[in-house]
Amino acid sequence: MPYLQISNVSKSFGTFQALKDVSLEIEEGKFVCFLGPSGCGKTTLLRAIAGLDIQTSGRILQGGRDISALPSSQRDFGIVFQSYALFPNLSIADNIGYGLKNSGKSRKEVAARVAELTELVGLKGQERKYPSQLSGGQQQRVALARAIAMAPGLLLLDEPLSALDARVRLHLRSELKSLQRRIGVTTIMVTHDQAEALAIADQLVVMNQGVIEQVGTPQEVYRNPKTAFVADFVGHMNFLRAEVVGEGNVQVGGLILAAETGGLPAGEIVSLCFRPEDIQVRGIAAGNKNTIEVRIEEMEFLGTFYRADLALNGPTSPRVMADFSMNAARDLALEPGKIIPIAMPADRLRLFGEKRG
Amino acid sequence: MADTFAFDLAPPQAKEPAKIRPIVSREEWGMRAGLGLLALYLAVTIAIPLFMLLRKSVEDADGSFIGLANFHRYFADPALSLSFQNSFFISILGTAITLWLAFWYAYAITRSCMPARGLFKALALIPLLAPSLLPGLALVYLFGNQGIFKSVLMGQSIYGPIGIITGEVFFAFPHAVMIITTALAMADQRLYEAADALRAGPVRTFFTVTLPGCRYGVMSAGFVIFTLIFTDFGVPKVIGGSYDVLATDIYQQVIGQFNFQMGAVIGLLLLAPTVLSFAADRITTRRQQSMVSARAVPLEPKPRRAVDRACFAFCLVIAVFLLGVMGMAAFGSVVKFWPYNLSLTLMHYDFGKLGTDGWNPFWNSLKLSAFTAVFGTAIVFAGAYLVEKIRGFGIARSAVHLLAMLPLATPGLVLGLSYIFFFNSPDNPLNFLYATLTILVICTITHFYTVCHLTAVTALKQLDAEFEAVSASLKVPVWRTFLRVTVPVCLPAILDIAIYYFVNAMTTVSAVIFIYTGSTKLMAINALNTDDAGNSAAACAMGMTIVVTCALVRGLHALAGRTFLARHQAWRRRSA
Repeated sequence: MPYLQISNVSKSFGTFQALKDVSLEIEEGKFVCFLGPSGCGKTTLLRAIAGLDIQTSGRILQGGRDISALPSSQRDFGIVFQSYALFPNLSIADNIGYGLKNSGKSRKEVAARVAELTELVGLKGQERKYPSQLSGGQQQRVALARAIAMAPGLLLLDEPLSALDARVRLHLRSELKSLQRRIGVTTIMVTHDQAEALAIADQLVVMNQGVIEQVGTPQEVYRNPKTAFVADFVGHMNFLRAEVVGEGNVQVGGLILAAETGGLPAGEIVSLCFRPEDIQVRGIAAGNKNTIEVRIEEMEFLGTFYRADLALNGPTSPRVMADFSMNAARDLALEPGKIIPIAMPADRLRLFGEKRG
Repeated sequence: MADTFAFDLAPPQAKEPAKIRPIVSREEWGMRAGLGLLALYLAVTIAIPLFMLLRKSVEDADGSFIGLANFHRYFADPALSLSFQNSFFISILGTAITLWLAFWYAYAITRSCMPARGLFKALALIPLLAPSLLPGLALVYLFGNQGIFKSVLMGQSIYGPIGIITGEVFFAFPHAVMIITTALAMADQRLYEAADALRAGPVRTFFTVTLPGCRYGVMSAGFVIFTLIFTDFGVPKVIGGSYDVLATDIYQQVIGQFNFQMGAVIGLLLLAPTVLSFAADRITTRRQQSMVSARAVPLEPKPRRAVDRACFAFCLVIAVFLLGVMGMAAFGSVVKFWPYNLSLTLMHYDFGKLGTDGWNPFWNSLKLSAFTAVFGTAIVFAGAYLVEKIRGFGIARSAVHLLAMLPLATPGLVLGLSYIFFFNSPDNPLNFLYATLTILVICTITHFYTVCHLTAVTALKQLDAEFEAVSASLKVPVWRTFLRVTVPVCLPAILDIAIYYFVNAMTTVSAVIFIYTGSTKLMAINALNTDDAGNSAAACAMGMTIVVTCALVRGLHALAGRTFLARHQAWRRRSA
């Protein structure tokens, strides 16, 4: 039985529907990311789970207990906000022990637990400082330690890393993940950063305009996006307007490409999608399927690879992005203006009904 | 059609899922009850009394409804309606002069590099320590029939519009300087750099950058001081002579002639412009807030020799005037018999010799100020907390917020008069409060409620909005976080509110003059009565006693701020 069961949850603010009939199940001990653009409803769903803004309709069960209508104070969760909401007038130790002191534990027990937690988040020796004396990353750890101090059944993280600079963010991201593994608490993190979500989550929940678009492991979501929105939002993706011209074939501009058409009738207008890194430039034999000649229009150096802008046929044709490794670029002497053959493996091409604008 | 029919028969819950009814925790109920109590308190102390005033104005002496007959009578009486014109004349001219002086003073403090800017800023606030009758008294000493500078007026009398306007400018000046200073301080350096880069000269920059940037602040200051002058009672009472204004009229009608109905009419005439000006002020301040973005770079003024010198000279003149007026009052209180015997004496401070009251009014004032500071601050801060922190419950919160705004638009005299109508009514179960110090405390808390409420709300809005959510997740009750986090973090604002209440309770005359009794006489009122009886030296001495008390308490406040905050609130410092 799943630890957290969300069924048919809707939330309206006046006439605006922030969540539309959302259902989701989360297994115990999993690290789940709610991912989506701003305004997609991910924070609204988190706040409904926390009881901070209770949903208009629908049920939420945590560990078998119906918490749908309970106030926050009667639910079982710890939370870290984007702002951290640390108490500025209390020392780090007092911040972390804030809930413990109130729970009827003895002074000694509280002190021992606080010491254990400061050790756990790597802030030993900083206990007597105040939040304003710590760096952003350290403040984030204090907020985390405070949130897990009462050993809650559920840890909620609302964009906890977005206030930090890029380097600290990468570092804390992996620490957060390993900490969660160690204590095994079921965790939900809200984020709009797809790279972060892919790196950290056991399970991704991609949301858009108040509905869940797809649920799955990061690999599943990345490899097999179920909707055009997910394909576009997670990772980079090329979109080309195409027409189905029979079983297993689509036409783009003047080109016929092999692709899995999945029963779409001929004449159907679709979006043809593929990722920049799925374009092959090496080992292409003349007779391979989906091999075409393209012209490199521009190449952008991105450190570990090049992102190239390719014209499929002629300067007015649609452009596509392709990622070339440094090795390939060097070996094949790739440069703007050059005409090269590329292959687009049929199993990496995906078709979506033409709905996105 | 058949399909539609079948669809309509489907059970309704299939279409409309059951709504969740959030369970309200006991704490939340407690907070809601607190908000309800606050609404009730504000209704009893401001809304209902004002309604009684309104009712009184359309009744005759026997209490039967006579429509607008009282208003007709008022405007038919040329002596009375003349005061209406006089009030407007005084207020508009006084506002214009104060604004002009205060703007350049504030400009010099914030935008020049002249020396002693901090000192000038502090000097501008001196008038706040005194009851408004004190500048009136000092002006009589300076320019009155036996004044040292009488010849400056070239035959004009200080008793009348000249004296009133001069006194009001002194009285309103610090308020205008504070508001305009705030507006000028919020400036974006980048705009000035852009103006520079576009080769705009200093004059053009002033008119295209400086002035537009602070225009709402200046307008807001204009509305505030118009209200202050329009409703002030102390200055015209002392120096007005036979030049009547609404504020002195209302006093004569009520205290002199026991004509409560006419008092109510004048009260409403005082109330109408202040309500309008208040509404206009709210609209302009709302605009000001959206002007400066969070990313603005604070302006650092650069030295400009000529401008800095001019600023310094200007501020020096103003400061000399302010100190001169205050110094004259101080001097007047310690000379034996102005202007014939200038030997120094403390005999005017021997209040025991003056009459039966002795030092009682002083102790009453001190008690009033202390109680007002303690209870006022507690009610205001707890109230602002409830308004800010209760989730949902929107109508009640807006109602309380609106009630909290009402006192600022209500002149003190109107408030005091409405308290007579409400609390003195034999049918009122709260009648037992009448003629006690308690009602003076309640009245004073209400009189200055709005500014304190806004201060508290501003301080609370600066706190992280999620403190309560975090506490709830940690199972810590709301009141505990309130005491352990909210109050300590807001302590500077709380102290500011307390000191504001204390000083105002010490100096106010207008609201309490209608509801004090023999045993609850206050120092400022005593000074007014003593001057009325012809003993202006003793009146000066009483005024100076108030000034010294206020200055001491303010000094104590500053000291407490330095030492206490430094010792117990080490967290405010960035690095340890």
